[in-house]
Amino acid sequence: MRTVADGVVTGLAILATVIVVVPLIAIFAYLIYKGASSLNVAFFTKVPAPVGETGGGMANAILGSAMVLALASAIGVPIGIGGGIFLAEFGRGTKLAAAIRFTADVLNGVPSIVMGLAAYSLIVVPMGHFSGYAGGVALGFMMIPTVCRTSEEMLLMVPHAIREAALGLGVPNWRSVLSITVKTASPGIITGCMLAFARVAGETAPLVFTALGNQFWSTDLNQPIAALPLQIYVYALSPYDDWHRLAWAGSLVLIILIVFAVSLVRFVTSRGVLKGAS
Amino acid sequence: MAEADARAREGLTRKKARPGRIFPVLRIRFSTLVTSHSQFPVSLTLVNANVSEIRIPQVQTQPEPGPGAPEAPGDGPPAAISEVRRFLLARGNSALADRGFSWLMLLCGLSIFVIVGLIAYELVVRSELTLHKFGLEFFFQVFTDPDTHLKLFWDPVNAQFSARPFVYGTLVSSFLSLLLAVPLAIGVAVFLTEMCPLMLRGPLAFLTELLAAIPSVIYGLWAVFVLVPLLRDYVNPFLIKTLGWTTLFTDENPTGLGYLASGVILAIMILPIISSLTREVMSTVPHSQREAVLALGATRWEMIRMGVLRNARIGIVGSIILGLGRALGETMAVAMVIGATPEIHRSLLANGSTMATVIANEYAEAVGDMHLSALTEIGLALFVVTIIVNALAQVMIWAVTRGTPAQAR
Repeated sequence: MRTVADGVVTGLAILATVIVVVPLIAIFAYLIYKGASSLNVAFFTKVPAPVGETGGGMANAILGSAMVLALASAIGVPIGIGGGIFLAEFGRGTKLAAAIRFTADVLNGVPSIVMGLAAYSLIVVPMGHFSGYAGGVALGFMMIPTVCRTSEEMLLMVPHAIREAALGLGVPNWRSVLSITVKTASPGIITGCMLAFARVAGETAPLVFTALGNQFWSTDLNQPIAALPLQIYVYALSPYDDWHRLAWAGSLVLIILIVFAVSLVRFVTSRGVLKGAS
Repeated sequence: MAEADARAREGLTRKKARPGRIFPVLRIRFSTLVTSHSQFPVSLTLVNANVSEIRIPQVQTQPEPGPGAPEAPGDGPPAAISEVRRFLLARGNSALADRGFSWLMLLCGLSIFVIVGLIAYELVVRSELTLHKFGLEFFFQVFTDPDTHLKLFWDPVNAQFSARPFVYGTLVSSFLSLLLAVPLAIGVAVFLTEMCPLMLRGPLAFLTELLAAIPSVIYGLWAVFVLVPLLRDYVNPFLIKTLGWTTLFTDENPTGLGYLASGVILAIMILPIISSLTREVMSTVPHSQREAVLALGATRWEMIRMGVLRNARIGIVGSIILGLGRALGETMAVAMVIGATPEIHRSLLANGSTMATVIANEYAEAVGDMHLSALTEIGLALFVVTIIVNALAQVMIWAVTRGTPAQAR
C-alpha cells in the first residue's frame, strides 16, 4: 500500500513536470518560430507604415525604447548600486539595513502599473503632457530595488580578506570599496544591472499613460515617445495581419535581450569569486 | 548567516572544552589559555597590541567571512566591524571623505523608503476626490441605471464609480490561476528537488528563470493568438457540455476571452515564480531531516511528506502568496484576454475586468477629474493590497530560509 502511494506520487510529480515543461517549451518555440519568420531588415530601419499599407518596421519604437531605457538606467543603476553598497558594506547587521532589504523586496512586488500611476502624477500632471521622461522615471524606479538587491548579494560574495588587505595598505575606505570590493564584484553587478534592464525593457503597463507611444520618428524625450512593448501591445490588438507580424518580431527582439541577460547572469555566477551568488 | 556563524563558532569552542569534563585540571588550563590569549593584547604595549590584534581576526575571519565575526568567543555581543577595520578606519586623513561616502550610500539605500512613500503620497493625493465622496463604499456600492433599471457599476459619463466589478474580476482571475498553478508548481518543485536526475536540474532551472523574465505583453500576445482560439474552439465547448450544470460555464460569450482565459495565462505566468521559490525553500530543509525519516523505514513519498513538506510548509505558503501578489497586479497579459467590461458575471467564460486592467485601459483617456480619481483610488487599493501580500510572503519565506548561507539556495 505504501509503496503504491509512493509510486503514484512519483508518477504525479513527473506528470506535473511534463504538463508544465512541455507547454512552456512549446510557447517558447512558438514565439521564436513566429518571431524569426517575421523579422527582417525593414523592422529595424523603417518607421510604421500608415494604416492599410504593408511593410514598415519599428525603428522609432526601438529608438524610443533605447532612450527611455537609457534614462531609466541613469536613474536606477547608480542609486541601486549605491543602495547595494550600503547594505553590503556599511549597514551589515543593522536594523536599518534589514528594513531597507525588506522594503526593497516588497517594492519589487508592487505592480508595475502602480509605478506608472506614480510617475503620471509626479511628472505628467505637473508638465501637463505625456512624455518620455515620465516613462523613464517609472522604469528607473522599478530598477532600483532589483539592482540594489543583486548588487548586495554580489558584494557579499567578496571575501573579507581582500577588503582588509586594501585597508591595511592605507587605502581610504571609500577607495577600497569602489576600486577593490565593487571591482571584484563588478561582473556580477554588471550582469545584475543587465537583468534589471532586460526586465524593465519588456514592461508595458507603466508606459501606457506615461510615454504613451508615438507612430512617428521622434527623438524628443519631452514629448510622447514610442516604445517597443507598447507598440507590441497596440499591434497585437489591431485587426491587421501585417501589424501582428511586426508584434511577433518585436517580441523576438525582447526575448533575445532577456535570454542574453539571463544566460550572462548564470555564466558569471558559475565561476570565480562570485560562484554561488544567486 | 551571522548568527549561524557565531553559533558554529560557539559549538567549536564548546567541543574543544568538553574533554575538560573528564580531566578537570586540563580543562582549567585550557580555558585559562584561551582567555589569556584573548586578553593578551590588552596587557601589552600599544605597538604589540596592534600587531597581535591584526593577527587574531585574520585567523578568525578567514574560514567564514561573516559580518559578525567576533573578536573573542563569548566576549559580549559580536561587533558589526572587526577590531582591525575599526582601527584602520579611524586613522589617517581620509575620515572626511569616508564619512561623506558612507552618507551618500546611506542616501541611496534610503531612496527605497522615499520611493514607497512617494508612491503612497501621490496616489492618496490624486484619489482625494473619490476618497472623500465615496469612502470605503467605493469598493462595494452598486448603482442603478435610471433608464433600464439594471445594475450599473461604472459610468464615467455620469461620474458614478464603483470598484466592485474590478475587485471581483481580480479575485476570480487570481484564485483561478492559483487553483491551476499551485498543484503543478509544487509537483514540479518536488520533482526537481527530490527525484530529478542532476543532469536535468540545471536546464530546467534555467528554463524557469527565463520564463519568469519574459515580459507580460509577450505572454499576452501568445494568449491572444494561441490560447484564446484554443479555449474558444475546444476547451470552452467541452466545459459547457460537461460542467454547464454548475452555471459556472455558460454559453453566452463566443469570443473565448474572459475570466478563464486570464486565469490560465496568469497561471502560466506565476508557475515559474511559485515553483522556483518552493524549490528554494525545500532545498533549505537539512538533509539530516530526510535521512532521519528514511532511516525509520519511510518510502520516498513519506520522506517528502514528513521530512520536507512539513518543515518547509510556511515557506511554501509564502511562495504561493508571493505568486498571488504577482497575479493580483499583473496587467498587460490580462488586459489582452479578459475582454474589458465593467460587469460581474457568475460564468467563468464571461468577459470581465480587473483592477489593473481597468487602469491600463482607461487612464490615458479618462474623462474628467472624478474618473481619474476613481482609477487612482483603484491603483491605491492595489498598492496597499500588494504591499501587504508581499510583506506577508517575505516574512513567511524568510522564516524558513533564514540561517542558511546564501550558497545553499
